[in-house]
Amino acid sequence: MIEQPLELRKVRGPSALGGGWRRSWDLLYIIASTEFKRTYFGTALGYVWSLARPLLLFAVLLVVFTQAFHLGSQVSHYPVLLLLNLVLFGFFQEATGTAVPSIVSQEAIVRKTQFPRLVIPLSVVLTSVFNLGLNLIVAFIFLLAFGVSPMWTWLLLPVVLVALFVITTAVAMIVSSLYPRFRDIGIIWTVFATALFYATPVLYPLQRVSHTFQEILILSNPLAVILTEARRWIIDPAAPSAADYAGGSLRLLIPIGIYVGVCALAVWIFSREAPRVAEAL
Amino acid sequence: MSTLSEGPLEQSATATRAERLAHAQAMIEVRNVGKSFRIPHHRVDSLRERVTHPLRGREYRELTALRGISFDVRRGEFFGIVGRNGSGKSTLLKIMASIYAPDRGEIRIAGRLAPFIELGVGFNPELTSRENVVLNGVLMGLTRREAARRLDSVLDFAELREFADLKLKNYSSGMMVRLAFAVMVEADADVMLIDEVLAVGDASFAQKCLQVFRARRDAGRTIVLVTHDMSTVQSFCDRAMLIHDSEVQYIGEPDETALRYYRLNFGGDADEVRTPGALPEVNVRVIDAWLEDKSGTRLPNVEQGTRLFFNCVVEARRELRNPVFSFQFMDVDGARLFGFNKTLECGEDEPDLLRAGERVHISGEVENRLLPGRYHIICWIARNRAAGDLAMHSMRLLEFMVYGTEPGPGSLQVRDDVRASVIARDGEDGEA
Repeated sequence: MIEQPLELRKVRGPSALGGGWRRSWDLLYIIASTEFKRTYFGTALGYVWSLARPLLLFAVLLVVFTQAFHLGSQVSHYPVLLLLNLVLFGFFQEATGTAVPSIVSQEAIVRKTQFPRLVIPLSVVLTSVFNLGLNLIVAFIFLLAFGVSPMWTWLLLPVVLVALFVITTAVAMIVSSLYPRFRDIGIIWTVFATALFYATPVLYPLQRVSHTFQEILILSNPLAVILTEARRWIIDPAAPSAADYAGGSLRLLIPIGIYVGVCALAVWIFSREAPRVAEAL
Repeated sequence: MSTLSEGPLEQSATATRAERLAHAQAMIEVRNVGKSFRIPHHRVDSLRERVTHPLRGREYRELTALRGISFDVRRGEFFGIVGRNGSGKSTLLKIMASIYAPDRGEIRIAGRLAPFIELGVGFNPELTSRENVVLNGVLMGLTRREAARRLDSVLDFAELREFADLKLKNYSSGMMVRLAFAVMVEADADVMLIDEVLAVGDASFAQKCLQVFRARRDAGRTIVLVTHDMSTVQSFCDRAMLIHDSEVQYIGEPDETALRYYRLNFGGDADEVRTPGALPEVNVRVIDAWLEDKSGTRLPNVEQGTRLFFNCVVEARRELRNPVFSFQFMDVDGARLFGFNKTLECGEDEPDLLRAGERVHISGEVENRLLPGRYHIICWIARNRAAGDLAMHSMRLLEFMVYGTEPGPGSLQVRDDVRASVIARDGEDGEA
């Protein structure tokens, strides 16, 4: 038997993307699609359930804010704005919330196979992306039904989605890699995400709060910038831009800096924790 | 049976095999690998504690798991890693499999590697076996396309083709194991790292695993097996490495490795250390073992309820004082059913001892109460009866089947005189 000699390669140990891009991609795809299939085909009304939650929340909030607070009459297209915001922020909340215990719940895989660590939080985010896609379809149906006419800025939607996806992934990486060592991250993150929900103009448009608050929120919270721009591009071109709230385009560098900072922090924390995560489980 | 039939022919084949292996390329190169774990005195696993007690948990003791480990494994080799519990052998395997990161040193591996640390890792009960096979294949290092291509052969191997679309949660545990094993076999990497956990479970399954690994080895795959079952090491491995107290104690001949392992385990006794240990082939050699019927015909299998005669011939390779020959009948799950210990029959003046080269024939009738099923007989030999030194570690002597028409629960049929009768009833009940 004549055999080709095989080249010896250095074993680099466990890491965020150990085993190469190809393998990471295969694993990512197969785990996320498995999870997706399980949610949608596992129960008889799979997709209905996943849609029912945001829609129900939407209905309740819509009643509260239009009937009790009369926001509906003051903000143009308030119902669809609320729905779009809920869908976008809901994606962030769902993905990061599920990411927290993800590495711990995949313990068997982490401790018993050669597994690129990054795939775990990424697959969680990707599953939520599937969800987001389906929810967006519904949101756009509502959008048209409520009389928002299509405009060219709709083409900028991918920019919003990519920006949202990147920050969501970054946060998912941070919380999932810290959770094995600090189990109270779970509680902390729930509280923090709720606070963030109110610190982001989801229920209310920014123009309804005081100028000081507008400035603080837009400068400190990249998600506020993303939602503000989404509103302008998708629903109401006349709405003020993030730069208007911040008091000048240059000042937008602050939230952009925070955004980049969070991403850098995520890469740093994750690559630091990844090699040792199997030992902490 | 196989242990007995391996004659000189087999040995010459292994000699050329050893030569061939010596010239083969290295598939695994481990150089000076070290690993230690930090065990905190007080484990801090929440941020709250870290904040409220910033100093707690900063003190830890360093537990060295591995120190200065270096070795090569050549292409096509079946390489054993042995050691006592906690010696670091499993940690080493996990470092080679990129599950743990080494603190020091370097490892280089050629070709595709698949670690088998547990059967059915990542199996999802909510998915069909078809989906699970692909999922597991990808986890084992295949690409999605490769995993999908091997789907058919996996299902065939597991004999589960007609259940391919059944969710795994509806499988029996036996079917699950079969599927997991089939996936593993079909993953078929250049280098396979196998942990001993595979050997747990029932004995016949462990045996089947080993047969498959041997077949893979013969097909040119490189196999690293972590175990503390010395009979596996001796019958399967080309070379073996003994790890003790985090360091390599020995690398080389499986027999010698096993010997040193036994010394570590049963050591402490000066005599035990001086004279070779409890190895088959070192002190005693089993020449033959068989079952026969009353006319003296050898029986590969036994009919239920017929008379059964047991025979075993052993040869002493060194002087054995006060030997005890122990035979145990085991069922297919490895449970011990019954057994007997025999000492030499010798006259008053004769010493109870076996000289080097002398043979002993242990034979006689055994009451046959076995119900239909698979059985095997294991044997071990002790010497210096009072001290109970092991002269030969337990080994599987022979396997046989009992066939018959009266299967029953369990493995043994016993005579009974048990009856069920109604206890005398009180007057009214009885009369009514």
